[in-house]
Amino acid sequence: MALPYGLRAGMEPSLPRVGRAGEGGVAGRIRKGTDPPACADPHNPFRGAQMIGSPLLASTLDLLALEPPGWGAVLLLGLWRSVLIAAGAFALGLVIGFFGAYGKLYGGPVTRDLLAIYTTVVRAVPELILILILYFAVTDALNQVLLAMGGEKVQISGVVAGVLVLGVVQGAYATEVLRGAIQSVPAGQIEAARAMGMPAALLARRVTLPLMLALALPGLANLWLIATKDTALLAVVGFAELTQSTRQAASTTKAFFTFYAAAGVLYLAVSILSTLVFALIERRARRGQRRVAG
Amino acid sequence: MIRSLMLPRRLAMLAILVLIVALVAVYGRWDWLANPKYQALILRGIGNTLILLVLTMGIGMALAIPLGLAQAVGPWYLAVPARAFCGLIRGTPLLLQLFLLYYGIGSLFPGIPGIRDSFLWPVLRDAWYYAVLGLSLSVAGYEGEVMRGAFKAVPHGQLEAARAMGMPRLTMFRRIWLPQALHRVLPTLGGETVLQLKATPLVALITVVDIYAVASRVRSETLITYEPLMLLAVVYMAITGLIVLMFRWFEGRVPQRVA
Repeated sequence: MALPYGLRAGMEPSLPRVGRAGEGGVAGRIRKGTDPPACADPHNPFRGAQMIGSPLLASTLDLLALEPPGWGAVLLLGLWRSVLIAAGAFALGLVIGFFGAYGKLYGGPVTRDLLAIYTTVVRAVPELILILILYFAVTDALNQVLLAMGGEKVQISGVVAGVLVLGVVQGAYATEVLRGAIQSVPAGQIEAARAMGMPAALLARRVTLPLMLALALPGLANLWLIATKDTALLAVVGFAELTQSTRQAASTTKAFFTFYAAAGVLYLAVSILSTLVFALIERRARRGQRRVAG
Repeated sequence: MIRSLMLPRRLAMLAILVLIVALVAVYGRWDWLANPKYQALILRGIGNTLILLVLTMGIGMALAIPLGLAQAVGPWYLAVPARAFCGLIRGTPLLLQLFLLYYGIGSLFPGIPGIRDSFLWPVLRDAWYYAVLGLSLSVAGYEGEVMRGAFKAVPHGQLEAARAMGMPRLTMFRRIWLPQALHRVLPTLGGETVLQLKATPLVALITVVDIYAVASRVRSETLITYEPLMLLAVVYMAITGLIVLMFRWFEGRVPQRVA
């Protein structure tokens, strides 16, 4: 990756080897698929784009065009992958969070202690480092198992690894959000259901979950936004999600500002759209409840 | 604290933890820790991380107060930009913001004629200042939203009483409104500081040498995968613990009753 400036001598080795990992893997496949302009092409129309001091509107539109000379399609594919990973991770986080919350509230002492360790550690260590540790650990463990079973080494698909890694991180936060929401369900409601002899699974489905949904939604909306933004961290292990695709496009064409700004607009669009959707869902979950003043 | 650790199941867990640590210490590769070059780098990295954390929390909070005030009670021409800024910061990944600042805006500067000779050039080409700017703006965006709620939560009677006493507006803000708003955010501030700590390793991706960058360098030079990452996790957990303890001590010194 070409660094424009600002890299002092002796600093290079400290650069994490970002970008490298992806070029042979997922990113390489995209490049073959959509065939955006390569750096070495002498007829590259964007060689002149290095004069980014005065970017013309026309050249900006060319750069972002959907057809292969432009990078629009690559960015959109990156956005699609980001949303896909975020949705998968959010879903996995919800499942972990659901069981985690019930474990923390109703589990035995050992379960509770283990869950406390899980949520504390995940929330104390930066996501970037968790992603690196989990990514290498998951890939290593899977390959060890495969080798032991007489199979061959595999390269985990970027989407699957991303979902697993971010899902584990999301699960810790979801556990806390759902635990708080379940605790704020009025105890009388649950006691009444128990008094009627309702089995635990039915009680959760018919009483606890519907009542806590309205309380959990603001926290869950927040978690979803964190999930979409955390997918950017997967660029470090070379997944061709939106940030990594943007970085590729920017370093190939040298139009850094154009592409990072474009990616920012895409992320912003996702977050604004999600906020609207969650507001609708929350309104539906709150129907029949008294409006809280203020 | 000690007594709650003395339960049999917790003792068993502690034993397992000690066993794991011992296994990692014996079978892991830790020889690089003895290298004085890496020792100096690790200390410098931790120092840089801590400086970044304190500096950006300070600048960010200083920016967050006017942002929150503008959103809570400001006229529309201040409230709308403040809200847009907070939405922009909160709606995009910090990593992308850092890239946009350093690679994006930073790449526009060399196009300005004569800038290489100006006194600004050493600042404009140093990633450190971009990192401080990016992280501070991020704090300002998130905390601006928090401060908006805090300013609004101060009871009206307090402000009315101050006004009835004939207090000038600035004094009222300085003596009544701001202290009570800050008092309200204090419990969340500890958590926000931990979140900010967890955001600092991103600056390594724009070539700033923090503790994460040092660990990455060790990994690429010695080809050890896990051990530097484990050291990183331990360092961040230790700093997190320190922050939590510090805020707990600080909250203990501030009276709890809120008017």
